[in-house]
Amino acid sequence: MLDRSANTAHSAHEGHPPYLRHHFNSTEQQADAAGFAMWLFLLTEVMFFGGLFTAYLIYRNWYYPAFVAGSHQLDVRWGTLNTLVLICSSFTMAMGVWCAETRRRKGLVLSLTLTFILGLGFLGIKTVEYREKIEKHHVPGFHYSLKSFLDPQSDPEIYAEYHDKPLVPDMARHTELYFSLYFLMTGMHALHMIIGIGILGFMILRAKAGAYTAGHVTFVENFGLYWHFVDIIWIYLFALLYLISRHQ
Amino acid sequence: MSEHNEHAHHIVGPGVYVAILFALLIGTGLTVWASFLELGLWNPVIALAIATTKAVLVVLFFMHVKYSTKLTKLAIFSGIFMFLVLISMTLADYISRAWGSW
Repeated sequence: MLDRSANTAHSAHEGHPPYLRHHFNSTEQQADAAGFAMWLFLLTEVMFFGGLFTAYLIYRNWYYPAFVAGSHQLDVRWGTLNTLVLICSSFTMAMGVWCAETRRRKGLVLSLTLTFILGLGFLGIKTVEYREKIEKHHVPGFHYSLKSFLDPQSDPEIYAEYHDKPLVPDMARHTELYFSLYFLMTGMHALHMIIGIGILGFMILRAKAGAYTAGHVTFVENFGLYWHFVDIIWIYLFALLYLISRHQ
Repeated sequence: MSEHNEHAHHIVGPGVYVAILFALLIGTGLTVWASFLELGLWNPVIALAIATTKAVLVVLFFMHVKYSTKLTKLAIFSGIFMFLVLISMTLADYISRAWGSW
């Protein structure tokens, strides 16, 4: 196989770029097929996260006071900062795709590196938020504490901002459900970020060696779709988890 | 089939990306600001409307769907539509059944 391609590589790819697979008519058709397939994958992801969003909406509708009290434990400032970080990372990723398309190797490496750093920044901020939940025993299943919800004044920082009334024990119990969904949704999102950052690291190394800037941009373009999709999921998580329960 | 080729390699430039970036940043500011207002039922409606506007901008421009093939557009539309059918049927069932007895 190696031998054959070495001998015939030149003639077999006569008249078209070497990255064009022979079962496609043109590079355009090949790029369209890859983009379409990537979108099919993203639609399965829509359904996957859709299940979590549906569960959130149903339980929110059922145990509204518990969900309001639970979401008051989230800090809108951290959430907003993370949204800004992620939107900027989507922009740098989009610029990376443009650099690949216009064959700018340095620009591509810079864009991917900035995206990588912003992705890590997002996870860093998420860690700060998670740590606070751990300290307050708001992680479901791990010595979960109802104190902040049965006696809101024991949690002075949150009380000063929202003046929550104490919940009855049966409703306070359901804040654990809120935090289960919070950790499940933001955790699945963070897992997607970690996978994305891993692939970004791989792409930065390849891009430094000159890959993606010689006409074949499919990998960068499709990774961009993935990264933007993860950004969209966060846009909805931010609205649902942080913003819509500020008033009771 | 070959008439699609002229659309296949549309390159979206930095100008568009910068404009979308600013639109998204403004959208984020707007949605945080709106969450501080006392609007009752309208708070979630406005938050989700702004989130959806931001998502549409990302899909159309960052993800180049505005310039992609009709097949891709149709697939995305069908997928989102199917998701909305599933979520609204499920929610309609849960909301209308055993009202108030949970």
